[in-house]
Amino acid sequence: MFESSEHFAWLILFVPLIAAGIITVVTREKPRVSAQISIAAALISFLTTVILFSLLPSTGFEHPVSVPWLVIGDLRVDIGLKLDHLSLMMALIVTGVGSLIHIYSAGYMEGERAYSRYFACLSLFTFSMLGIVLADNFVMMFIFWELVGVSSYLLIGFWYEKPAAADAAKKAFITNRLGDFGFLVGILLVWATLGNHLNFDQLRQHLADSPGNYGAVATAAGLLIFCGAVGKSAQFPLHVWLPDAMEGPTPVSALIHAATMVAAGVYMLCRVFFLLDVPGSHALEVIAWIGGFTALLAALIAVQQNDIKRILAYSTLSQLGYMIMAVGLSSPKAAMYHLTTHAFFKALLFLGAGSVILAVHHEQNIWKMGALRKKLPVTFWTFIAGTLALCGVIPFSGFYSKDSILEQALEKNEITLFVIGVFVAFLTTFYMSRLVLVAFFGGERSEEAGHAHESPGIMTWPLRILAVFSIIGGFLGIETLYQRHFQPELPAATVGFMAELFEPFDNQPLSAIFGLGAIIFGFFLAYACYWRTFADPLPAKLGWFARAMRNRFYFDEFYERVLIPATQELLAKIADAIDRWIIGGAVQATQGTTDLFGRALRLVQNGSIQTYAFLLIAGVALVLYFVLAK
Amino acid sequence: MSLTPVGLEHYLVASGLLFCLGLLGVIMRRNLLVIYMSLELMLNSANLALVALSRHNGNLSGQIVVFFIITVAAAEVAVGLAIIVALYRKKQTAHVEDLTAMKL
Repeated sequence: MFESSEHFAWLILFVPLIAAGIITVVTREKPRVSAQISIAAALISFLTTVILFSLLPSTGFEHPVSVPWLVIGDLRVDIGLKLDHLSLMMALIVTGVGSLIHIYSAGYMEGERAYSRYFACLSLFTFSMLGIVLADNFVMMFIFWELVGVSSYLLIGFWYEKPAAADAAKKAFITNRLGDFGFLVGILLVWATLGNHLNFDQLRQHLADSPGNYGAVATAAGLLIFCGAVGKSAQFPLHVWLPDAMEGPTPVSALIHAATMVAAGVYMLCRVFFLLDVPGSHALEVIAWIGGFTALLAALIAVQQNDIKRILAYSTLSQLGYMIMAVGLSSPKAAMYHLTTHAFFKALLFLGAGSVILAVHHEQNIWKMGALRKKLPVTFWTFIAGTLALCGVIPFSGFYSKDSILEQALEKNEITLFVIGVFVAFLTTFYMSRLVLVAFFGGERSEEAGHAHESPGIMTWPLRILAVFSIIGGFLGIETLYQRHFQPELPAATVGFMAELFEPFDNQPLSAIFGLGAIIFGFFLAYACYWRTFADPLPAKLGWFARAMRNRFYFDEFYERVLIPATQELLAKIADAIDRWIIGGAVQATQGTTDLFGRALRLVQNGSIQTYAFLLIAGVALVLYFVLAK
Repeated sequence: MSLTPVGLEHYLVASGLLFCLGLLGVIMRRNLLVIYMSLELMLNSANLALVALSRHNGNLSGQIVVFFIITVAAAEVAVGLAIIVALYRKKQTAHVEDLTAMKL
């Protein structure tokens, strides 16, 4: 009956691209139509994904969905779709959360001059992101990986007249390039070592057929592939681009720089987890530590930021650190679980922040807001739901996903990482409570905050829907789904609402208790510091450390003053020398030779008719000699 | 001593010699008039060869070509000499070393 239902998957991928094309070519002058096309495309993709997801057999679809794209000798690259629970669940997030953000954007970007361009870019992004999610081989994934980078560049630099936005777009693109270089080398290494396969299934099969100790090569390949995730998911040391990317429109921050694109790194690691997990590889340890370190670093920075979007951006970094850490603790299930719930509540928080920013006339400093609770009731309540989910308060979704990561750290006996995780949970609650207490409670800190009013329904309804998912995300069986995908041998454990509600306490009571303790501690500390204050008390108490946190631990300054001069300037000098002496030399030589011949030939043109006659005759004689001499 | 009968080869060799003499004259001599005469010599060497071959092949078309050449050469001499005279009047010289520019 459903003989070829899997071929509908092409719809998921290409409808947004068609929408982007139509908007660019046909409806650029009609903003309202453009928005409708883009939203419709996202919804069609979403519905197709839902249908395919419900049709998906537990063993996956029978026929592979792929067409050959490039065949050179033994090398064969397909454009193919991998349809399993992992990819379809991720596609559900991308298209589902994406659709809501498309709708929200229609309200948020109202009156924008380049309304159509915005929606064209958004559709292009959806297409590229779905390409990563559905890719069944490394090359296709890399192509879409880069496409996502391009659309992110276009959207961060959406207000390209602003120098800050143009710079941020460049910074994001170039920083990502560093990571992508490693990714590409990693792909080549995998291709060369593992039997010239690029397809994920074939690679997995190859590893299963010839198990062995790949040792250092496996570590190197794993770490190189991880480089791609470091760039895209903004992990230390390439984390600097994400906070700057907040220069883009707020819905873009929600979709790309919180819910989906930055999570692509985590998704990719989960997709190729079998490569990281091979015996003899130490890649996972490094991954876990980089994730933990990023989580800690970003949470510390978030504590002293004043821009509402930057706080959320550092919070995103910190949560991505959690996910990467979960992958490193060899629990892709927990990473994907947290990715899913994070997509709900972080998109919600960003959209809420966008609603706040619009209400106070594009003021982003939380110290100029205040008392918004009464004026923006829907935004306030949904923002609270998102905050509680992010902090991980039981029974919000964040609690379950974060707990499954902490649980994993305990099970692996990584006590240091566990302590970092709990400390980050404490910091998360602290800075989010600070944000909420300062922005929504207390007195009005500026005139704009006094005049604020609620956003229109087209913006508040997506907030409501996302809030619902942020609250119930823990009970939807997402964890079971991922567990079935990653560990099919384990039986599906929990069933029933009550069992699921308290499951973390049954399994590893220690992690749940520590997690909740950190939240309570963080909240009361924030309450003590920020309840009805008009200035931040922390700088006075912490001194230089607060200053360092406020200045992002001087990473940007260090890169700009030390690292970039040391690398880029050096490379520029080498490139300059090559250009000047080798390429320039070749040009000069060509020019010189031509000049020399010209000078020599000019001697012949002396105007003496007899010389011409002589040369003519000599030429004829020469021709005659060659013709007749045989 | 008996003389060998005059054959085609003799005419052709004489024609070739005349041609080379004319060529040398064109290349070596400095006076425009002499160069002109040498050119005529080359034309006539060609005529000689054509007539000899025409006779040898028993075909008259070679001789017809010769008449054309003589006619055209006569016209050419009229034009050429006129130009030389005009040049001489303008430049007061008929030496090729002094006539190396295209403009007057």
